[in-house]
Amino acid sequence: MRLIKPTKRGLYVEPGDFYIDPWLPVERAVLTHAHADHTYRGSKNYLVSKEGERLFRTRLYNEGNIETISYGKSKTINGVKVSLHPAGHVLGSAQVRVEYKGEVWVASGDYKLTFDPTCAQFEPVKCHAFITEATFGLPIYRWTKPEILFEEVNDWWRGNVEKGKATVIFAYSLGKAQRIMKSVDASIGKIFTHGAVERLTRDYRETGVEFPPTKYVGEVSDKKEFAGSLVIAPPSAQDTPWTRRFGAQSTGFASGWMRIRGARRRRAVDRGIILSDHADWDELLTAINATEAEQIWVTHGSIDILVRYLKSIGKDARPLETKFVGDAPESEMAKDEEENQQRINADDAN
Amino acid sequence: MKNFSDLYLALDQTNKTNEKVEAMVKYFKEATAADAAWAIYFLSGRKPRQIIPTAKLRMWAAEISEIPDWLFELSYDAVGDLGETIALLLPDTTATGSELPLAYWVENRTVPLRGLDESEQREAVAQAWNELDANERFIWNKLVTGSFRVGVSQLLVVRALAQVSGIEKEIIAHRLMGSWSPNADFYLNLLEASSKDADLSRPYPFHLAHQLDFPLEDLGDIRDWQAEWKWDGIRAQLIRRSGESFLWSRGEDLVSERFPEITTASFTLPDGTVLDGEILPWKDDEVMAFAQLQRRIGRKTVGKKLLEEVPVVLLCYDLLEFGCEDFRQRELRERRAKLIEILDNLPEDVRKTLIYYPVVEAKNWQELSKIRDESRSRRVEGFMLKRLASPFRVGRPRGDWWKWKIDPLTIDAVMIYAQRGTGKRASLYTDYTFAVWNNGELVPFAKAYSGLTDKEIRRVDRFVRDNTLETFGPVRSVTPKLVFELGFEGIQKSTRHKSGVAVRFPRILRWRDDKKIEDADSLDAIHQMLEAEN
Ligand SMILES: [Zn+2]
Ligand SMILES: [Zn+2]
Repeated sequence: MRLIKPTKRGLYVEPGDFYIDPWLPVERAVLTHAHADHTYRGSKNYLVSKEGERLFRTRLYNEGNIETISYGKSKTINGVKVSLHPAGHVLGSAQVRVEYKGEVWVASGDYKLTFDPTCAQFEPVKCHAFITEATFGLPIYRWTKPEILFEEVNDWWRGNVEKGKATVIFAYSLGKAQRIMKSVDASIGKIFTHGAVERLTRDYRETGVEFPPTKYVGEVSDKKEFAGSLVIAPPSAQDTPWTRRFGAQSTGFASGWMRIRGARRRRAVDRGIILSDHADWDELLTAINATEAEQIWVTHGSIDILVRYLKSIGKDARPLETKFVGDAPESEMAKDEEENQQRINADDAN
Repeated sequence: MKNFSDLYLALDQTNKTNEKVEAMVKYFKEATAADAAWAIYFLSGRKPRQIIPTAKLRMWAAEISEIPDWLFELSYDAVGDLGETIALLLPDTTATGSELPLAYWVENRTVPLRGLDESEQREAVAQAWNELDANERFIWNKLVTGSFRVGVSQLLVVRALAQVSGIEKEIIAHRLMGSWSPNADFYLNLLEASSKDADLSRPYPFHLAHQLDFPLEDLGDIRDWQAEWKWDGIRAQLIRRSGESFLWSRGEDLVSERFPEITTASFTLPDGTVLDGEILPWKDDEVMAFAQLQRRIGRKTVGKKLLEEVPVVLLCYDLLEFGCEDFRQRELRERRAKLIEILDNLPEDVRKTLIYYPVVEAKNWQELSKIRDESRSRRVEGFMLKRLASPFRVGRPRGDWWKWKIDPLTIDAVMIYAQRGTGKRASLYTDYTFAVWNNGELVPFAKAYSGLTDKEIRRVDRFVRDNTLETFGPVRSVTPKLVFELGFEGIQKSTRHKSGVAVRFPRILRWRDDKKIEDADSLDAIHQMLEAEN
């Protein structure tokens, strides 16, 4: 039986009468993580991970009845056993495991296997059917090891310090920004943040994740302070007057799409930093294998390609249609940017 | 190889010219003479012929990466560049070859592949891939496939070399022209303060012009200026030195053999003469359509029939060298007078091939503007305005020479197909096909890609993805909804096109958000333009 089905409101668990990451208001929602394209406001009851609670409350404006549960603990909703398991994507991100009459399905949400010091490591969950994302579902996407990547970032930052330049990295304000500030060598210089980043970092800190000291850009009165510093801002801040205050600067953009030269060039930054919150091709295959699932449902991204590949290696794989039919890096990026803009707007409103 | 691939990345990732020059200076300072010579060779757009067919590289890369062919093709589709796709797909290795010099990689590991049989080639290629990291593989793939290209102008390369050597830009630029072999000696001579430039064939750098972007009157007194029709052919330099002739096109190709009538005519020029001019298809004392010239371009040897159908001339503009003396610093009025004197003294039959055209006389700018309206019927693009006192400079400096082109013809058309770009735009839909109305139907009539801002391109890209009707490989047909204003330089009849017309240099002038598809132009309007043109 199809325990989890796509509907016009989102993924629906029929016997339990609840939704996973619904984009329209529903009675009961289980959320995988607090990114804007997964956490929508307006539902009545939410079940979220304990680790992500603060981020979810920020994202949901603290509206609705928000219930939390720790990773690995289960709860029964209308006879369906539900539990959340680390997805390694961002703080509090979870795979949703549902069990009904002996049948187990897992919806991955967004996930990655690469080490990330700001959230719990992905844990494979055995199941009959696994719903996987496929954002980077092409073998050209293979991530650089974080140690190597951040050594390169550090070298670049050091070089900019010597030239008296600020280092400005554009990265999504939820997840990637925090991962960067925790992974760089903070002894190189001061770290400043855009308002959207600072605010979400506060949620991280309050959850217990430790970071080197950071300072909100808006609190800096002497612009000379920026020379030699690292500034972390959301992508939507790129090419805006906001960046002028940093004076001489070298810019970088952190994204998995930066693996492709064309995408790097189009971004028109000095550095493309290949850093993603999503699984690369190898990680997708590793994760899928680890679930030992008989049936793989693919959603989000290179759906057809991953399905075809999985079939070619003898797996029962199928596409799962959702609202997001976008297949392309660019539209994904644009979507993410909009998401960030919303976040900033929300910030301004607060 | 590592230094060269770092240089490539540095050049590729910045749009700031200062940073590009800085990166090249850094490279040249550290590189050996042989490496520097090869780097200049590649940076200035020269490339060895393809050594290994791309189909083979593709096949071997898929095998080594252990992925099925279809997945390779889809990866290629997403990346848009074969060399890069291969570099990204190959398994990671602990590279060891990267410290070896560029010259070694080109001379020992690339060029010799040509002489190997297929299985030896495969082995050598796999070995090379194994020794290089992802960036270096990418560069090397480009070298092997003869498709290396980098976004840096010759002028910037020259600037960097001038900075490294302390030698004047003009001298460097001059030494870089013509044919030379990339080796240590060449590089050492290039930077040699006093080397006598013996290469007879070497042309001078061209003096180019910007489009006039301010009111004509601001140029000052019209009596200080010379107005020439701006011809639409191939800009060229004809060199006669020590009993030899060389015809160079602006793309720095030696085209002497392609235009034998010009080369033959040049035999009568006095020794030590260099002319700047335009190669034009010319018959019965007037210029033919550019399309006729296109029939001659791209043919190494020309048949008798074509020579008769499309004879060419060199319409001379300027005199750069006379009596073996560099004339470029003299004033244009003096150069021009001497040019006419030389041409008038040539034998009569030669004067039919090496020609000049009277400058346009006007009492004031207003009168000149009026005369410009004749451009289209004269098959010219407008005027070139040159200060009479100007020297013949290098590159595209502002001030002395201006292009004053007529506005392009324009049409409002509807986008019906979109195709992914190549190279840096591979993941975006950037190439569009446009249609106009004909009996209630949209017929495609032009393809264009340039002219939108990056932001607009992203918006159109999203439109394409959201409004796809059908997908054929990299092409999508889309719901006809978007209207664009297209500009082009000329129209001609065409039996190959469904619309019956072909347009020259079509480009997007702007996105007409304000128009509905019903407001787009019709084929009739285009046919009317066609009639007005001819
Ligand atoms: Zn996410
Ligand atoms: Zn997502």
